[in-house]
Amino acid sequence: MTVFIIRRLLQAALVVLLMSLIVFFGVNVIGDPIDMLINPEADQAEIERAIKALGLDRPIGEQYLFFLKGVATGDFGRSFIFGEPALKLILHHMPATVELALTALILAILIGIPLGLFAGLYPDHPVSRAIMAGSILGFSLPTFWVGLMMIILFAVVLGWLPATGRGDTAVFLGIKSSAFTRDGLSHLAMPALNLALLKISLVIRLTRAGAREAMHQDYIKFARAKGLRTRRVIGVHLLKNIMIPVVTVLGLEFGNLLAFSVVTESIFAWPGMGKLLIESLLQLDRPVVVAYLMIIVVVFVIINLAVDILYSILDPRVRLREQGT
Amino acid sequence: MSVLEVAGLRTHFFTRAGVVKAVDGVDFTLQRGEVMGLVGESGSGKTVTGFSILGLVDPPGRIVGGSIRYRGEELVGAPDERLRELRGNRIAMIFQDPMMTLNPVLRIDTQMVEAIQAHERVPKKAAWERARDGLGQVGIPSPEERLRAYPHQLSGGMRQRVTIAIAFLNAPELIIADEPTTALDVTIQAQIIYQAQKVCRERGAAMIWITHDLAVVAGLADRICVMYAGRIVEAGPTDDVIDRPLHPYTVGLLGSVPSANKRGQRLNQIPGMTPNMLALPKGCAFRERCARAGDACLAEPGITEPAAGRALRCFHPHGIEVPA
Repeated sequence: MTVFIIRRLLQAALVVLLMSLIVFFGVNVIGDPIDMLINPEADQAEIERAIKALGLDRPIGEQYLFFLKGVATGDFGRSFIFGEPALKLILHHMPATVELALTALILAILIGIPLGLFAGLYPDHPVSRAIMAGSILGFSLPTFWVGLMMIILFAVVLGWLPATGRGDTAVFLGIKSSAFTRDGLSHLAMPALNLALLKISLVIRLTRAGAREAMHQDYIKFARAKGLRTRRVIGVHLLKNIMIPVVTVLGLEFGNLLAFSVVTESIFAWPGMGKLLIESLLQLDRPVVVAYLMIIVVVFVIINLAVDILYSILDPRVRLREQGT
Repeated sequence: MSVLEVAGLRTHFFTRAGVVKAVDGVDFTLQRGEVMGLVGESGSGKTVTGFSILGLVDPPGRIVGGSIRYRGEELVGAPDERLRELRGNRIAMIFQDPMMTLNPVLRIDTQMVEAIQAHERVPKKAAWERARDGLGQVGIPSPEERLRAYPHQLSGGMRQRVTIAIAFLNAPELIIADEPTTALDVTIQAQIIYQAQKVCRERGAAMIWITHDLAVVAGLADRICVMYAGRIVEAGPTDDVIDRPLHPYTVGLLGSVPSANKRGQRLNQIPGMTPNMLALPKGCAFRERCARAGDACLAEPGITEPAAGRALRCFHPHGIEVPA
C-alpha cells in the first residue's frame, strides 16, 4: 500500500514536470505578453525596461530553467498582470471553486442516485421514463444556455435568487464558505445546480444501468430467497454493487468540476479559479496559467489516488497492487 | 399433515414473442422429511417450479393457476410480507451456481447474520455464533476464519457449503435445492450431496432436489418426479421409477446415463431437441420425439395411476404393447 502510494506520487511528479514544460512553451507560442501589458504609447526604452523586469529578454529555455528553480522553492513566479505571486493568487480563488464543485458533487449524488435507482428498479414506470428523458436533456443541453435560462427564470422573472456573485461567507470549523449563510446559499444554489446538471444525468444513467444489471444477478435473488426485507436487498445488496462504478466515475468527474467549471463561473460571475484561468489566458499571464495547470494535475492525481483507495474498500476483490498502477 | 401440496400449478411467462407455459399443471405432495427428486432437461420448468413455491417468480412471469399449500396454508396469492416471512425461514432454497449466489462485496458473516436477523430478533453476537456453528455443520474447517472472508476468497465447493449452511440457518421444514452440484467438481459433488442429505436427516427437513441427472437422485431421493415441458410426466418411488420406468421419456433419460455395465456400448440418446416452449406440439408434448407415439397422442394424456403410488401421463407406456 505504501509502496503503491509512493509510486503514484513519483509518477505524478513526472506528469507535473511534463505538463509545466508543455504549458510554458505553449503559452509562449500563442503570443507576446508584452503586447498586452504595455501601454501602446510607451516608447522603446520603456518597453525594454518592462521586458527586462519580467525576465522576458532571456532565451525561453533559460526562462524555463529559472522558473523550475523557483518552483523548487515554492515560487511559481509573479503574475504579469497583478504583480502578485501566482500561487497566492490561485489559492485565493480556490475556496470558491472547491465550494462550488463540492456542492455540485453532493447534488449529483443526492439527486442522481435515488432517481437512477428508481428508474432501474421500475424501468416501465412512467416516472422512470420521465427521469430518463430528463437525463437526456441534462446531457445534451449546453451548460451556458441552461445557466442563462436559469438566470432569466429564477433571477429576472421570479426574482427568487440573485443572478451573480458569491454572497456573504461565514467561518465554520475553520472553513470560510458561503454555504454557512443564508445569503451565501442563495447565491450558491443556481451555479451549483447548473454545474451539477450534467453530473446528475451521468449518475442517473450509471445507477440505472447498474441496477438493471444487478437486479437479475443470482445474489439478489438469493438475498430475496433468504427472506430479507426489500429495503435491505436494495439498500445493501444492490446499492453496494452499484456504487463501485459510480464512485469511480464521480471521482474523476470531481476533478473535472474543480478544473473546468470555467463556463459556469463566467456566467454567474463566481469568483473562482475557472474565472481566473480564463482571464489569465486571455491576457497571456503565463505564470498564472502554468501554476494553475500544475496545481490541477496534482489535484487530479490526489483524486485518482483517493478513488483507488475507496474502490478497494468498496470492492473486496480489488487489492491495491504494490506494482504497476 | 404433508409439508407441501402443489396442485395444478401453472406459471406462465408473458414475453413479447408469446406466452411461455414454463409450468403447466404440476401436482405433487411432500411429506415431512421426505426427499423428492425433480428431474428433467433444461427448460422443462423445474427451476420455475421451485421459484413459484418461494413466491419469487419475476415479471414477465406469473403464477396463473393452481395452489401451493405449505402446511395447509395457501401460498398462491398470499401477501408479500407473509411470503417473505416464510422464505429463508420455513422454506429455503439452494441455488445452482455458488459462484454467483453470494454477494461479492459482502463478507460471509454479514450474509449469514442478516439471514437470521431477517426472521428473528437476535443480538448480533448470538446470530454470529449460530452462523459459525452452521458452517461447522456443513464441514467447513475453521469456520470463524471463513466468516470473516469474502466469497471470492473461497473455492466453489466451499461457497456451496456456505449457501447450504445459510439455507439451514433457520431450521426450515422444506429445502429446495436447485441443481446444487451441477457447477462443481465430481469429487466435491459427492461431498455436497452427503452434507445436504446429512443436515436434512438431522433436522427432519423435507427436500426437493432439482436436477437433470438421474444418477444423482437415484441414491438420494425417496421419490422421483420426471418433468417434461412444464408437466410431470411420471412420478413414483425412486426404485420403482428407475427399475420399471413407464414413460418413454423416462426410459430415454435412463438409457442416456453412462454406467459400468454399459461399457463399450453406445449410449442411447433421446432423438430430437428439447421442445420450443413457445410452440408446444398439440397433445402430448413428447409425441414428436417418441418412438411409441400414435394417433391417440394427439390428445392430451391425463394422469393415470398404473400402480400404487405411481403417476403417469402417457397413452403408450413401456411394458404394455403398442396397439397396432
